[in-house]
Amino acid sequence: MRDLYDRLTMAFPLGELTEQRPDLAFVTVPREQLRSLLLHLRDQEGFTHLVLLTAVDWLEEGHFQLTYLMNNRRACRDLGVRVMLARDPASMESIHDLWPTAATYQRELREMFGIDFPGSPRVDEDFILEGWIRTPPYRRDFDTLKFSDEVFAPRPGRASSDPAEFMKQQLYPDKT
Amino acid sequence: MKDDFPTPPVRDELKKRVVETPDGQTIEIDPLRDYYCQSAPTVMPAAYSKIVEGLFNWARAESLWILGFGTGCGAIEMRPLMTPRFDAYRYGIQWRPTPRQSNLFVISGYLSVKTLKRVIRSYEQMPNPKYVVGLGSCTINGGMYFDSYNTITRLDQYLPVDVYIAGCMPRPEALLAGFEELKRIIRAGKAEGANQYAEQFDWYKANQKRVIHDWDMPDYNW
Amino acid sequence: MLYQPDRSQYPSRKPDGSLDIDLSSGKYLKLWQGPQHPGITGNMSVELTVCGDEVVEGKTHVGYLHRGFEKLMERRTFIQCFPIVCRICVPEPDFNEYCYAAAVEELAGLEVPERAHWIRTLILEMGRINSYLMYLGGQAGALGQGVIGQWTTYVRDLMLDRFEELSGARIYHMFIMPGGVRDGLPDGFDQRMEETLREIESTLADVKDVMFNNAVFKKRTVGLGYIDPAIVDQYGVTGPTARAAGIAKDVRRDQPYLVYPELDFEPVVGQDSDVFTRADVRRRDLLMSVDLIRQILARMPRSGAVMAPLPNVLHWKIPFGETYIRGECSRGEYGYYLVTDGSGYPRRVNVRGPSYTHAMALLERLIVNCNISDVAALMVSLHTYPPEIER
Repeated sequence: MRDLYDRLTMAFPLGELTEQRPDLAFVTVPREQLRSLLLHLRDQEGFTHLVLLTAVDWLEEGHFQLTYLMNNRRACRDLGVRVMLARDPASMESIHDLWPTAATYQRELREMFGIDFPGSPRVDEDFILEGWIRTPPYRRDFDTLKFSDEVFAPRPGRASSDPAEFMKQQLYPDKT
Repeated sequence: MKDDFPTPPVRDELKKRVVETPDGQTIEIDPLRDYYCQSAPTVMPAAYSKIVEGLFNWARAESLWILGFGTGCGAIEMRPLMTPRFDAYRYGIQWRPTPRQSNLFVISGYLSVKTLKRVIRSYEQMPNPKYVVGLGSCTINGGMYFDSYNTITRLDQYLPVDVYIAGCMPRPEALLAGFEELKRIIRAGKAEGANQYAEQFDWYKANQKRVIHDWDMPDYNW
Repeated sequence: MLYQPDRSQYPSRKPDGSLDIDLSSGKYLKLWQGPQHPGITGNMSVELTVCGDEVVEGKTHVGYLHRGFEKLMERRTFIQCFPIVCRICVPEPDFNEYCYAAAVEELAGLEVPERAHWIRTLILEMGRINSYLMYLGGQAGALGQGVIGQWTTYVRDLMLDRFEELSGARIYHMFIMPGGVRDGLPDGFDQRMEETLREIESTLADVKDVMFNNAVFKKRTVGLGYIDPAIVDQYGVTGPTARAAGIAKDVRRDQPYLVYPELDFEPVVGQDSDVFTRADVRRRDLLMSVDLIRQILARMPRSGAVMAPLPNVLHWKIPFGETYIRGECSRGEYGYYLVTDGSGYPRRVNVRGPSYTHAMALLERLIVNCNISDVAALMVSLHTYPPEIER
């Protein structure tokens, strides 16, 4: 992985390389460079398979992380390319012309995180949810339990307890 | 509640419009009125004599035809039920591909809001008398998905349920026991789900409309 | 003379590449296949635009089974996530357990005992057999051969019995925990397993005779749903669907996990990349799994720990990190992307199911110019399970 990173840093302003396993590493790239980096990885380095495209919501830091995970089957290794986005309004360039399957991922991100991908096919259509008008559900500031209790009329009598507190009550009731 | 959910705009294909037919006529279309057969459900009275009603109920109990709509993960245990190992056919239970031919709706597990809309339409298309079996803990109180934003927690708020089968996932034997229980209820004349739906129609509709945000069908369509 | 279809009825394309379909012209018809439809693989739907009996455009609609797992796991502790992950994919739940457990172990730095690795491999291969048996029944059923479904469901029940004596459950086993597996094998398991495998083999011989040598099955499936090997990477195609196109993509061989490096096998590869080849590749892959189970049972260690010592799971915090774990399930590459932030809860879990790419982008491409009656067979041949598309 280090050899690939050294080659890439000559052409792209990359962040630090995080080597998770010998065959898996993550690297951060500025969003302007993402498209050219993905093209370079696909055409020059043999990372032809887009494994997944997903987002992580770093609410406290106020940004989204997009992860493009690329797989090179010949060399048996994966590279995760991270891009940091501003949280509001979140928007990103589409890569559906590089991998047609990316359009599906982008539709999901549009609906679940509210990240816009202008130009991606059918990106504004409903994908999984229907008629959803609240905060996009995968954002960290959406409270799913509160929503469920409000909307779905839970059956009375069902209680749920925090397991750590429950075990503490059972084992050490007098300890505070 | 109303303020939280403004009604989404009506989809284009459901708007009233004037179209020109291939043979040159001009006709006006109101999809919500024209495409559906719209009429409120009615309560089906019992037969004039108790003996005849008992005979009817016996016949109904012995021919449970299930709508083949796998709404959730419980659908996976339907296949073993159809095959010789468990063989539900010997109890007069069989699967039909269309709501028009079936009288038992097995809600197989959790219902997402999007499926609930289709389930309501399928249920309303089934002919009377009709029964609903809720399969799995998630139809009873939400089960594993009690805090999910997209699955309903209580099925009986939206459809009249005759029998619940608990478990995650209930075994085929549990399903057979549940069907036997349903037969017992039908024979006793207590499976009045369809009539209950007709009587408390407004309550059910209000509940359904509270969770289904884009309600783009008539209130009762069959 | 070769048959020349009449293309004059076909829609032209707009400048932006989309089809110019005017429904009010009366030439086209919109037809929904699903979600309540016997010819659909589970609870999803395909919106077909047909001209005559040929499909000119197909759009997949999913989301009928969405439970929001990725959100639910963010508000559950690491050990609370373990019993719910298997619900993500119903017919083959064990891969969720394995991928989640392996991701947690990697980030938490847990060392899993050797014996647990063997038992995990055994479970995964058993799950693969279940899934393939279901597929064979569905594929034959989509073309009107109901009897294959009866046979395969019967032997699948036998395999579920083996699961039941191992874990106590038929469908959701919850056997592979973070740190190892719940228990070792019960007494006499090998012998009963051998009987089950023999039963499966004899059933598969019958299936080969009745299904693969059937004239109707051959006529309808050979040449149907051709996937060009050149688009395999563009569309993210993995697993048997890619192997039937002649590309020996198999995570078990490419990036081996568990004890696969020690087992003796070669990925099953087909050439013609149509529905028939995909069915045949899966049948041969099933026989390979039978062989793998025999190898595992013959060579696995019989004593030793099956669980690594876990920290106090109620206060289990995992340091900052992210990882991706993949495995080869019966449909293709299954993977978990797990991000932790040092708290007791996962920051983000993303499930990469193979059906996600197969049922959306690939199906929408293959379905064009397909006959309506072949849509069900084509859809089944991609082996998609809707619950893992929308989670």
